Amino acid sequence: MRVVEPFVEMARGLWTTLNYLFEKKVTTQYPEQKKPVKPRFRGRHVLKRYENGLEKCIGCALCAAACPADAIFVESSENTDEKRFSPGDRYASTYEINMLRCIYCGFCEDACPTEAIVLGDQYELSFTDRKQAIYPKEMLIEPAPAGAQPTPQKTEPGVYTRSVPAMKDPVD
Amino acid sequence: MTLGHVIEWLIKGFVLALILLGGFAYLTLYERKVLAWMQSRIGPNRAGPWGVLQPIADAVKLIFKEELTPANADKLIFLLAPVITVVPAVVITAVIPWGPSFDIFGYHLNLYIADLNVGVLYIMSVASIAVYGIVLAGWSSNNKYAMLGGLRSTAQMISYEIALGLSFVSAILLAGSMRMLDIVAAQSQTWFGFIPKWSVLLQPVGTAIFLIATLAEVNRAPFDMPEAEQELTAGYHTEYSGMKFALLFMAEYTKMIAISAIGATLFFGGYNGPFVSRFPWLGPVWMFAKIFVLLFGMIWVRATFPRIRYDRLMAFGWKVLLPLSLAIVFITAVGIVLHDQVNHWFLLVIPVGSLLVAGLAVASIDRMLRRKDYARR
Repeated sequence: MRVVEPFVEMARGLWTTLNYLFEKKVTTQYPEQKKPVKPRFRGRHVLKRYENGLEKCIGCALCAAACPADAIFVESSENTDEKRFSPGDRYASTYEINMLRCIYCGFCEDACPTEAIVLGDQYELSFTDRKQAIYPKEMLIEPAPAGAQPTPQKTEPGVYTRSVPAMKDPVD
Repeated sequence: MTLGHVIEWLIKGFVLALILLGGFAYLTLYERKVLAWMQSRIGPNRAGPWGVLQPIADAVKLIFKEELTPANADKLIFLLAPVITVVPAVVITAVIPWGPSFDIFGYHLNLYIADLNVGVLYIMSVASIAVYGIVLAGWSSNNKYAMLGGLRSTAQMISYEIALGLSFVSAILLAGSMRMLDIVAAQSQTWFGFIPKWSVLLQPVGTAIFLIATLAEVNRAPFDMPEAEQELTAGYHTEYSGMKFALLFMAEYTKMIAISAIGATLFFGGYNGPFVSRFPWLGPVWMFAKIFVLLFGMIWVRATFPRIRYDRLMAFGWKVLLPLSLAIVFITAVGIVLHDQVNHWFLLVIPVGSLLVAGLAVASIDRMLRRKDYARR
């Protein structure tokens, strides 16, 4: 029955769309429902801390050097045992990322010797003013973990001499 | 004609225009919702519950948008074209009966504005004016895409108007009158007490031609050549923005409502339905339900079928629909004459004969499309 074949095909098409009318919808109601991001998602940067509350960032500016978009600006200052921000000699007194320049490539993560900078899961980064595009250290650094002091800490002399933690397993 | 009549006409015309404009606004929402559901989406749901305030939000947006006029546009025609398009779309509904006449508060109320004895002719002639609006919109925009869209629309709408008119003729022949009220009345009886005497049952092929030609006439998918996005950006309304665009949009959707109302009246029994004779207010309800279903069909077809190629559109209109509709008018006339002169069972000649002719047409298209050299062209 070649004559009815086109009609059968058209009816099949209509039947398909009619069935989709009652199918479960796939829409995610975005601001109310959010899908979790993938583990390797590269969102907004976070500056990490050690468990005792000291900052991992030592102000070496290797991230700034690795950044292809020149989005990171680091200025470092000397740590003292009276006012200690991070292990070792120096810490980042200024740490700014220009979010208008950042391309979320993750090179800063790779360059960091202490794994201080990490691209997190935050992706809602809208702002209404160009000045708000520059994220200072206060916005990037994560809060001190529970029970730990915030920086600057007063520490025993001679404890935090290594800026980069000693590698326990070189394979890692 | 008394002052009371004039006031009644004014009120009825005003109410009908308001219903059509409100219907246009909610038709856009209906279409967006149904299209969304068919695409596994939810559709507008932010403005009000289930998005019921979405048309209002759209209207406010369109009113406050900047109106652009292209530099070398023909300003007067550019301004007039949306008006020429939207007025026939609203005026066309004047002859459609929305329900039976009934007495309310001691006043005899007719649910139509004009009772023309050539109602179908009026519809055909007013519908043709809308082509001017579209082609002038395309031409005055000084934009090649708009121009092409306008030209396509003229060719397409004029071609399909012939098939549309001939499918109207089959309904006119079945009812024996051009008055819309007579056409509805002719479909009010039943066979064996339960099968409604709708024209769609007597002339299914005429109805099919009407539905196809209608899609082409109101530039709906799969015949939306004048506004084919992939080829012509937006076709004839490329250069329109703000309220002028809203008028063109309104014309398109109001025409959808109007043509569904006409189809419901001519082929699907108008306001006739169960219990209408006992409760006259059910008439508009049935009419609304039929329009709703026909509109759903248009949206459904849009969600399903891809746009057909322009040369095939014209070939289909001229080489298939026109001869087929002529044949159907002939068969309808023969069936009616046999029914009147010989035996009332000869009325069956109409559906059987038209279905046979339609099968012949489909078979010949099928043969043509399967020819190897057709695919290359």
